[in-house]
Amino acid sequence: MAAGAGWRMGAGERGRRGAETLFRGLLFCVLGCGFCWGNSVERKIYIPLNKTAPCVRLLNATHQIGCQSSMNGDTGVIHVVEKAQDLKWVLTDGPHPPYMVLLDGELFTRELMLQLKGSSRISGLAVAISKPSPAQGFSPGLKCPNDGFGVYSNDYGPQYAHCNWTAWNPLGNGLAYEDFNFPIFLLEDANETQVIKQCYQDHNLPQNGSVPEYPLCAMQLFAHMHAVTNTVTCMRRSSLQTAFSLNPEEVCDALSDYNVWSTLKPINTSSKINPLDEVIIVATRIDSHSFFWNVAPGAESAVASFVTHLAAAEALHKVPDVQMLPRNIMFTFFQGETFDYIGSSRMVYDMKMDKFPIRLDNIHSFLELSQVALRNSSVLWVHTDPVSRRNDSIQPQVETLVEALINSSVGANVTLQEVGQSQPLPPSSFQRFLRAKSIPGVVLADHRTSFQNRYYQSMYDTAENILMKYPEGLSPEETLDYVTDTAKSLAEVATVVARALYQLAGGTGNTSAIQADPRTVSRMLYGFLIKTNNSWFQSIIKQDLKGLLGDELPQHYIAVTTLVNTTQLVQYVLANLTGTVVNFTKEECLNPEKTPNPEKEMYVYTWVQGSRDPNSTSRVPFCVQSTVHLTKAASPAFELKQWGSTEYSTWTESRWKDIRARIFLIASKELESTLEAIAEADI
Amino acid sequence: MTLAVFFGCSFIAFGPALGLCLFSVVREPLRVIILVAGAFFWLVSLLLSSLVWFIAVKASDPGDEPLQKGLLIFGVLFSVLLQEAFRFLYYKLLRKAIEGLVALSEDGCSPISIQQMAYVAGLGFGLMSGAFSMINLLADALGPGTVGIHGDSQLYFLTSAFMTMVMIFLHTFWGILFFHGCETQRWWEMVAVIFTHLIVSGLTFWNPLYLGSLIPSYLLMFATAAWAYVLSGGCTQNLLRSLQGEYLVQPHVQRRSPARDPASEG
Repeated sequence: MAAGAGWRMGAGERGRRGAETLFRGLLFCVLGCGFCWGNSVERKIYIPLNKTAPCVRLLNATHQIGCQSSMNGDTGVIHVVEKAQDLKWVLTDGPHPPYMVLLDGELFTRELMLQLKGSSRISGLAVAISKPSPAQGFSPGLKCPNDGFGVYSNDYGPQYAHCNWTAWNPLGNGLAYEDFNFPIFLLEDANETQVIKQCYQDHNLPQNGSVPEYPLCAMQLFAHMHAVTNTVTCMRRSSLQTAFSLNPEEVCDALSDYNVWSTLKPINTSSKINPLDEVIIVATRIDSHSFFWNVAPGAESAVASFVTHLAAAEALHKVPDVQMLPRNIMFTFFQGETFDYIGSSRMVYDMKMDKFPIRLDNIHSFLELSQVALRNSSVLWVHTDPVSRRNDSIQPQVETLVEALINSSVGANVTLQEVGQSQPLPPSSFQRFLRAKSIPGVVLADHRTSFQNRYYQSMYDTAENILMKYPEGLSPEETLDYVTDTAKSLAEVATVVARALYQLAGGTGNTSAIQADPRTVSRMLYGFLIKTNNSWFQSIIKQDLKGLLGDELPQHYIAVTTLVNTTQLVQYVLANLTGTVVNFTKEECLNPEKTPNPEKEMYVYTWVQGSRDPNSTSRVPFCVQSTVHLTKAASPAFELKQWGSTEYSTWTESRWKDIRARIFLIASKELESTLEAIAEADI
Repeated sequence: MTLAVFFGCSFIAFGPALGLCLFSVVREPLRVIILVAGAFFWLVSLLLSSLVWFIAVKASDPGDEPLQKGLLIFGVLFSVLLQEAFRFLYYKLLRKAIEGLVALSEDGCSPISIQQMAYVAGLGFGLMSGAFSMINLLADALGPGTVGIHGDSQLYFLTSAFMTMVMIFLHTFWGILFFHGCETQRWWEMVAVIFTHLIVSGLTFWNPLYLGSLIPSYLLMFATAAWAYVLSGGCTQNLLRSLQGEYLVQPHVQRRSPARDPASEG
């Protein structure tokens, strides 16, 4: 029957389609189950390493630095290197290359790394952080930090250029500025390191000189970076993507953030100040770096300096007659100074281009606080620029500056000494201002020639490095309020700075009443070096910023996201220490322009959540009136699209998709071939 | 552990079954439909039994280890019983389907016999059961690692693949046995199927003692294979002839027209 035949053919087609759908369904199941997170089979195979920090790729106008892994991660058999001889197994003897080296922190030196760099038997490196810090010091930074972007060049003080006179960071091995083609991770947790070493001891140790047998313990590191070559290339590719693609895949981002600044006497930021007004600029940096991404404790290189600066600002604001001083004082916190002076170069550029309320001509003098926490027998060294001092108008102003400082140190436990007149400035933000205009200024530091800091820009520049010691058994609240010796020492420096600034600004009163508060200094040191999530920080931030305060160790890396935690916290602390509480409602505080008052244009109003009552769980918020402003700290090279600039910083950070690490066992090739053979027989 | 393990294990587990499928099912559209529907029935039984187990686990204390183990055993038990119940339901459905096919056919005979349906249904059950056993293992087998870092046996993938293969075969033979039992009202055949299913599933609790679970399972498989072969009308002469290489008759049903007499063929 025709109908019957038609039905049979239809059934055949339907049957074939049924089989197709089944196949497609099975394929989908395979792929779908592959992405099942944490399914039990995956947990049987892999141990993820959670507390790690990767080394990422950074690029500047001419080079790429950092590390790179393959697209799908690099796998290698684990080998633990605890002494230098263990490296021989990895480089020549071991029978199962490529190896993934687990390195003790003490051995993380330039010589060893260059050996690993040249070898093709290495697929990656995991560095176990060394506790305590290596006794001989460790600095992956350059011997001559920010060389070529300061003021000394072939045209200005050539005998001082390229650290000819003195290498500021003699312990610097330059590791952070090398380019590695394998991934390097930092193992921050000693327990995880122990798990890896246990796996190595169970499976990878050669027994009695014989070759270790499969299965072997292996590690896989994922850290594939999208950017290559240099900033010019990666920015060009990113801009092409943004311009022409519907779904742009940018490959790198410029390092940028915000500078924090505040003035002693309020100024109108929407217009320029009077050209005859004089401003004294006080500056510190607030960022640091290390070999690994977002690991930048920066205790001595940044935190101690800006905490001292904040304490000096607080002390000055307490003086009753500061609003009548002839000169204004601008407290500036520069972000990104580690990467060729991003913040200060941008501020100088904005001043030159008239985009900043204050012009270069308004600057009366400059005072910078460099590393100040490791003073040797309470001496604080005063560095000046020998080249500009040859100018007859600058020299007496510098001398006035130094004199004011020395007068202020009488009675305090700080001895100010000038370094030799022919010595150049250490790496400092002041150098960028000198590039634009000769300004009288000093840089205060705890070192005369090379740094006292033996862990400059490394992961070991922590609270221990600046000798912060707390007694045992204190609760977090007690630790917050405990005044350490370091805090007392930094408070002394802050007192000297505040008194000197008062004198320089034209103050004529008695300066002995100006005192920085050691308790505030100690609380700030605790908040910026140990735990940001403490009761004081909680009380001075805005209400809806829950992610700002964390329980892990604070890090001060500029990053590519805007407004990192450090910048925001410095802003809030400065507002709290230098601002005044005003009796506004929440509406008035959040919308100050609604109530017309010319005074209000000069101030910034912040609604902070206040401290918690001991009896209740709610907080009492209030409005703070301050002069704290944020200004963009992005290198002018990116504004001007001069990505190959040698004038301004061109540092960018590569983008990536997936960064993780895990360990597992790998089976022998023989097992795989056996499986293939059985499978063939089956078919 | 790379592609070698992935392909090796998938061919070990599914190779023979897919071979069976290829040679005996794929060309006949009715058999394909019965295969897919059988797989679907097994899937529904798994859904329901996993729902029960899931509710039981969520309602219980996750920290109590013996309780969780007990719940797992209960879950397996319940799942086996539910699978066999669905096999029975599928039998009922196919019985009805045969009546429909007979009504639709030209010559009053169904184009497919209940025995063939039993085989294909069993294969469908087996393939879907195998898929659900093996798929997530295969997905993880693609990665660079192998099982063992927490002390589990290295042979996890291999033994899982063999276990899956034996389960697929067992489901096929159970299908034949079960449907035969239903057809000829021999309830003890159905009970035997349920009983052996429970034994094989229970044996997997002896893992990682893989010899304890695999060897008895294979022995059981050969036993059920022989029984199913006998029930399907096979005898030792046919077996010997096939081994000697004589071609068997094409594996699709010959349309018996009333005019032809099989006795006169000789």
